[in-house]
Amino acid sequence: MESVVRHPATLADAASFDALSVEAASVVTQESAWTRVRKSLSVRLGAYFLLLLVAIALLAPWLGTVDPSLFDPASRDLLPGRQGEITTLEGETLKHRFLMGSDSFGRDIYSRVIYGTQVSLIVGIAVAAVAMAVGIVLGLLAGFLRRVDGPLMRLMDGVMAIPAILIAIALVAMWRGSLLTVVLAIAIPEIPRVTRLVRSLVLTIREEPYVEAAVSLGTPTWKIMLRHILPNTVAPLVVQGTFICGSGILTEAILSFLGVGLPPDTPTWGNVMAEGRAQFNEYPHNIFFPGIFLALTVLAVNILGDGLRDTLDPKMAKRV
Amino acid sequence: MGTFFARRLLSTLPVLLIVAVLVFLMLRLTPGDPAAVLAGDAASTEQIAQIRAGLGLDRSIPEQFAIWFGRLVTGDLGQSFYYKTAVTDLIGQRLEPTVSLAALTIVIAVLVAVPLGVIAAWRFGGWLDRALMAFSVLGFSIPVFVLAYVLIWLVSLQLGWLPVQGYKRIADGVLPWLQHLLLPAITLSIIYIALIARVTRASVLETLGEDYIRTARAKGLQEKRVLIRHALANAAVPIATVIGIGIALLIGGVVVTESVYAIPGLGRLTVDAVLARDFPTIQGVILLFSFVYVMINLLVDLSYVFFDPRIRY
Repeated sequence: MESVVRHPATLADAASFDALSVEAASVVTQESAWTRVRKSLSVRLGAYFLLLLVAIALLAPWLGTVDPSLFDPASRDLLPGRQGEITTLEGETLKHRFLMGSDSFGRDIYSRVIYGTQVSLIVGIAVAAVAMAVGIVLGLLAGFLRRVDGPLMRLMDGVMAIPAILIAIALVAMWRGSLLTVVLAIAIPEIPRVTRLVRSLVLTIREEPYVEAAVSLGTPTWKIMLRHILPNTVAPLVVQGTFICGSGILTEAILSFLGVGLPPDTPTWGNVMAEGRAQFNEYPHNIFFPGIFLALTVLAVNILGDGLRDTLDPKMAKRV
Repeated sequence: MGTFFARRLLSTLPVLLIVAVLVFLMLRLTPGDPAAVLAGDAASTEQIAQIRAGLGLDRSIPEQFAIWFGRLVTGDLGQSFYYKTAVTDLIGQRLEPTVSLAALTIVIAVLVAVPLGVIAAWRFGGWLDRALMAFSVLGFSIPVFVLAYVLIWLVSLQLGWLPVQGYKRIADGVLPWLQHLLLPAITLSIIYIALIARVTRASVLETLGEDYIRTARAKGLQEKRVLIRHALANAAVPIATVIGIGIALLIGGVVVTESVYAIPGLGRLTVDAVLARDFPTIQGVILLFSFVYVMINLLVDLSYVFFDPRIRY
């Protein structure tokens, strides 16, 4: 019985979201979503750059870097490309070329920027994952349970009325900076947007004939949510998640830069820039190198998001 | 209209109340003794006890909220633990730089973004249109503090056109005030321009496809008049909306921009308060910013009547 109403859906399955609207129904017979996604120049451009960043993050120890926390008083404030010395934890002194110069502690900026890639990617992905997970659960609840809907959405309105960066700053101040608290602090203000999106999708989808069919067959509510509704929200959520990832990376850098994010010795782009502030006039590259990495990363994520939105979610593309 | 205004104003009250509850709870959900947290690391036992009594922490949470909220509605945001003055006084001192910066930013952004958006829509698919779309993606991606440093380096350090940092009160002369504010405002306006130009382009593009545009052109109106009186006027509601929504972006940007340019405004106060763990000040600033955000969006809602006479409340 059940297989009749079960709706097949994975990310790669076009039918899963085309069922969202009548206007898109004719597209089903054409290219699959996956093909369209792969063909999109924006998606490719963004994805290739992000893959490069992932490679940099994973291969950080083998890219001519030293331990990003190592410092050497003799190598303070070196200009990019200068040869200098760095002392390892074992007390050994190594010759090292400071490709991006060194900071006022004599740390290698190149190593800190390369290792910073790890932190940024982890934070971005974790923020998106947390915000999506909580937002999806709350959105499904709001869309399905009338009693929950009103109070929950008012709560979300309240959270949305507070500028996101202020929530993040305040929460980190309460909890003190660590990877977990920073991720949570950035993710929490993003939750209402996901909740709203999921709720609106649920309200549209639950009127679809196949949901009515499932209801009339006596399928339990939780099963309808997971099997019939959730798969159809995948496309818009992937798009939303990509943008949240991008803004998460940006917000983490802002928090670190303001001195309220991860501890200053953690190699993050924001921390490197925060440290370069005092000497910006003489050594602008201390801010520019991590700044370029940050800007390109956020740009790549946003281009990927734009591409995904245009190919996966044409309705949303029209809205923006 | 009058009753609508009253109703709409009333509808913001629940949101503001929820904001107050959230800001209140943020402190109460902090692990450990809130009084100890409030007092800071260097506080003595008596100080902590004093704060506990002052906050009424021996009472139940709803009672505590009632007391705190009662003070809040009379405009009492409490005492700053770091500056040892009333938070409202502190905010008052820091208001001018932030309002100046935000106002100048909005003026620059609207003056640049709306014409750009209109022309891009008018010449849809042309070089300006494509450049604008590329710029808007860039504008969203370049972090405001990176942009700030690039501009400081280029305009102030290399060209020497504008001062690097600081703020001059408007009472000390409009020109120095503007000189100090111009670079921060340009920095902050970039993301706002990206946002507004994109929406202007999209909504003008939509109106340009309407029949009345064809009619206007057919009766021989000047193209400029068609664009402004017919296309832009009918596209004004989404543009006004996005300006309102963008205030949240602007507030976030103010915090960062003031920090980079050493402007002694509310954003700088927020960061200083966080670094000093000055919780009453953090609460006060968050409440103020949220209140302003909600009120500006209320004004935007009301402005629909002005922009589109078809809308009647």
